[in-house]
Amino acid sequence: MRARILIADDEPAIALSLEFLLAKDGYETRIAGDGEEALRSAKSFQPDLIVLDLMLPRKSGLDVCRILRADPQQQRLKVLMLTARGGMTDLARGEAAGVDAYQVKPFSTQELLAQVRRLLALKDTAHAS
Amino acid sequence: MLTGWVIVCASFAYIGFLFAIAYYADKRADQGRSLISTPYIYALSLGVYATAWTFYGSVGRAASDGVGFLPIYIGPTLMMILWWFVVRKIIRISKINRLTSLADFVASRYGKSALLGGLVTVIAVVGILPYISLQLKAISTSFLILLQYPEIVMPQKIGTGGILNDTAFYIAIFLAFFTIAFGTRQLDVAERHEGMVAAIAFESLVKLIAFLAVGVYVTFAMYDGPADIFGRAMAQPKLAALATPFGGAAGNYMSWIWLMILSMLAILFLPRQFQVAVVENVDEKHLNKAVWLFPLYMLAMNLFVLPIAFGGLLHFPDGNVNADTFVLTLPMSQQQEWLALLVFIGGLSAATGMVIVETIALSTMVCNDLVMPPLLRFTRARFMQHEQLSNLLLDIRRAAIVSILMLGYFYYLLAGEAYALVSIGLISFAAVAQFAPAVIGGLYWRNGTRAGALAGLSLGFLVWAYTLMIPAFAQSGWASLSLIEQGPFGIELLKPLQLFGLKGLDQTTHAMIWSMLANIGAYVLVSLLSRQSAAERIQATLFVDVLSQTGERTGFWRGTASASSLQTLLGRFLGPARAADLFDSYARSRGVRAADELDADARLVRFTEIQLAGAIGASSARAMVSSVVEEEPMGVDEVMAIIDEASQAIAYSQELEEKQSELEAATRELRSANERLTELDHLKDDFISTVTHELRTPLTSIRAFSEILHDNPELAVEERSRFLGILVKESERLTRLINQVLDLAKLESGAAEWQNVTLDVREIVDEAANTTSQLFKMKNVTLDINLPLTPAPVVADRDRLMQVMLNLLSNSIKFCDAGLGQVKVTVSQRDETVQVDVRDNGIGIAREDQETIFEKFRQVGDTLTEKPPGTGLGLAICRQIIVHFGGRLWVESEQAHGATFSFSLPVKTVAAA
Repeated sequence: MRARILIADDEPAIALSLEFLLAKDGYETRIAGDGEEALRSAKSFQPDLIVLDLMLPRKSGLDVCRILRADPQQQRLKVLMLTARGGMTDLARGEAAGVDAYQVKPFSTQELLAQVRRLLALKDTAHAS
Repeated sequence: MLTGWVIVCASFAYIGFLFAIAYYADKRADQGRSLISTPYIYALSLGVYATAWTFYGSVGRAASDGVGFLPIYIGPTLMMILWWFVVRKIIRISKINRLTSLADFVASRYGKSALLGGLVTVIAVVGILPYISLQLKAISTSFLILLQYPEIVMPQKIGTGGILNDTAFYIAIFLAFFTIAFGTRQLDVAERHEGMVAAIAFESLVKLIAFLAVGVYVTFAMYDGPADIFGRAMAQPKLAALATPFGGAAGNYMSWIWLMILSMLAILFLPRQFQVAVVENVDEKHLNKAVWLFPLYMLAMNLFVLPIAFGGLLHFPDGNVNADTFVLTLPMSQQQEWLALLVFIGGLSAATGMVIVETIALSTMVCNDLVMPPLLRFTRARFMQHEQLSNLLLDIRRAAIVSILMLGYFYYLLAGEAYALVSIGLISFAAVAQFAPAVIGGLYWRNGTRAGALAGLSLGFLVWAYTLMIPAFAQSGWASLSLIEQGPFGIELLKPLQLFGLKGLDQTTHAMIWSMLANIGAYVLVSLLSRQSAAERIQATLFVDVLSQTGERTGFWRGTASASSLQTLLGRFLGPARAADLFDSYARSRGVRAADELDADARLVRFTEIQLAGAIGASSARAMVSSVVEEEPMGVDEVMAIIDEASQAIAYSQELEEKQSELEAATRELRSANERLTELDHLKDDFISTVTHELRTPLTSIRAFSEILHDNPELAVEERSRFLGILVKESERLTRLINQVLDLAKLESGAAEWQNVTLDVREIVDEAANTTSQLFKMKNVTLDINLPLTPAPVVADRDRLMQVMLNLLSNSIKFCDAGLGQVKVTVSQRDETVQVDVRDNGIGIAREDQETIFEKFRQVGDTLTEKPPGTGLGLAICRQIIVHFGGRLWVESEQAHGATFSFSLPVKTVAAA
């Protein structure tokens, strides 16, 4: 079964580029434009990984991450946070909220895909054991 | 039976009991639980004022002068009112400077003058000696009378049986030992004697009880109450005269007034009063209660004086019983042996109390102000080789005690019969009254000088000796009576009792008038004519302004010393252990770990001097400290500076308070300014991080799609051109953003160039509408423009104003619904302003957002799924521009009912401007 990836970003251009990249790499994708939509989609879509923008309207990426982490149904979910800032405080906050990995905007597409693959592979091994 | 041994045993038992009290009080003091730290004990100890002179002599004086005995007790009562001001100040000064005697006080006030201290001591010793002999006389007389019980026989003339058979001699010796034991018991020469004070207070209680007991007995047992006594006395014309104030027997107004003044001064300046009131004072606050408790004590003490006097005169009508002995002889005549014994003990209390305190006070003066200064001056080198000087100090004091009591005894032998008890007391009162001008003047008059004090004291003392002492000697047969009767060398004007022809006054009044005139006159005149030395001025300021000074004074000293040499010096006099203790506690108070780490600064030198002053007096302490300190002489300028500093201390402290509140206000302002700056700093940081974020967003899309296009050459043509379209749009966005950030930075830093000309706002609006007409058409929004008929001239940069107009118009399109949108632009001119309103019927702006939208990167629409296109800098830039032109930009809106953006500009032309 193809791994599912939820893309949460309010910039349509960025979301579109991510969708194209991930779909081409063989993942099933869905797009959410704000924090609340991201939470709703996470419930219905049950993704294996979420590419989450830090500065989302309605609910910030950190809040979304926190809520997802508290949800027992989302135990296996991996979170890849996208941030335009990349400051130390953001990293620390992300750590506390349960973020698995970061990508700082603007990112290299190859790097982003490598991160996604690594996270999903980790998940698989964790699952296997 | 009252045999000799019963009386002696009772006396010893009583004094033994006093010792027990003193011992216990000292013990408690060592444990830090002072027994005497209560205003009641303090007030009782002040009762040492009532001596044997009061106990026996008041009745004697009442028997001869009637109510004339009263002024001596009214004076102190009046004085207590002034005490609050005067004594409080004296106590404060003495505590700060550790002054332990009146001589020390005067010496210290006038520049720590050893000469002045010595003079005060001499006057005190000479003046008080008769008073001490009076106590000896009282004890021995009362003893001899009681010994004859039940017979009432007046004792023989004194001295007839030789010294070794004289009771008074043994009493003097005994009192000397007693005083030494009380006053110099401690090894360290502490200036306070808690045990002594406790014993004295107890004695005050005993003598009061004894006197009240005999008074009650005479009044109510021998007679039928006061009415009976006075009734019987009034029946006799000779006795009736005694009850009239200011009458013949009671003395005239003049003598009343002078007696009152005399006793007012005595309660302050008798060495024993200074000792108990000032030196032994534990807490300044005790004064509050003492000022009414002490007069109450005096009143109780005098309640039965007249009844006893009249009772005695009625009971012994033939006059062969001395009225001074009535308190004792009246109970004896009624065979009341126990009451007689109680009276004797009461009299013993009054006499011993006085002798002990007076002798201790005098011995301190003699030691510190008479013996030590020359000893230090002339034999310093040899003296300083002594390792331990505290024992020497105690020995000097013990020797002084013995000498004073022996001198008192010899005076008693020689002059004792010359006067009745009261007159001897008055001589002493008049002697100590000589201290008044120098002390009171020193407390309140800054300009009193050492020379003035010396002149006043010397002259007053000489006049006192000439008008009171020499006549007393003459009457005792020591000097020729012709001196009194014809004057020296037959000069009438110099007759000691009628100096310069002043007649018709009693001896004391006459002496007081002349001595005070000489004393005050010389003090004031010489003070005015002489100059104060630097040390004097400093001390004068310290004394006069003591109540307004806070904290310790420093700085009046320049020089170098070492802490260890100061400690060694202190150790010589106080003992090394105590010196080490003092230095350690001083070190702790200064926040230094150990005494040897102390800096020998002015403060430490002063601390040492004050500690030393407690033991050896201010002037000697000064001399000793300067022997180990190399003091640099102060120049005139420095002295003047010091004086200025001291005298301006009060004004300065008020100024300081004002300055402080100003400073607080400034601090508050500074703090809020700082907060504002911090806030601005945060805003700047926020701005930079926001700009970064805003730049990264289009850059992210551009990079992502560039890489996609690069990595995927096989993409379909439609998809490829779609992605390229996004690339172009995002690039434009990035360019616009960069331009606006730069634009804003230019505006904010003032680096923007302005080409201001007179413009017609109508033209700008027209042009902007034309430029944006395509946008309106695309979104199907109608644009309605209302322009006035006359020109609306403003001075502005054409491109900038255009920029504002375009921004407002494109904003209004953005927030309108496609197809339903209506935008209306109105230009109006009111008074001196042109106003432009851009009204739309879009989603509107919530009230709380209406101000924040003008801030950088604040876009309304965060709640929307899709952010409105734009950089979030447009309105911030518009506001900068309008404000630059001297105008205003604001928004009025209700949510869901559209918004009106307006700006106003002053009507102006370039020529007019």
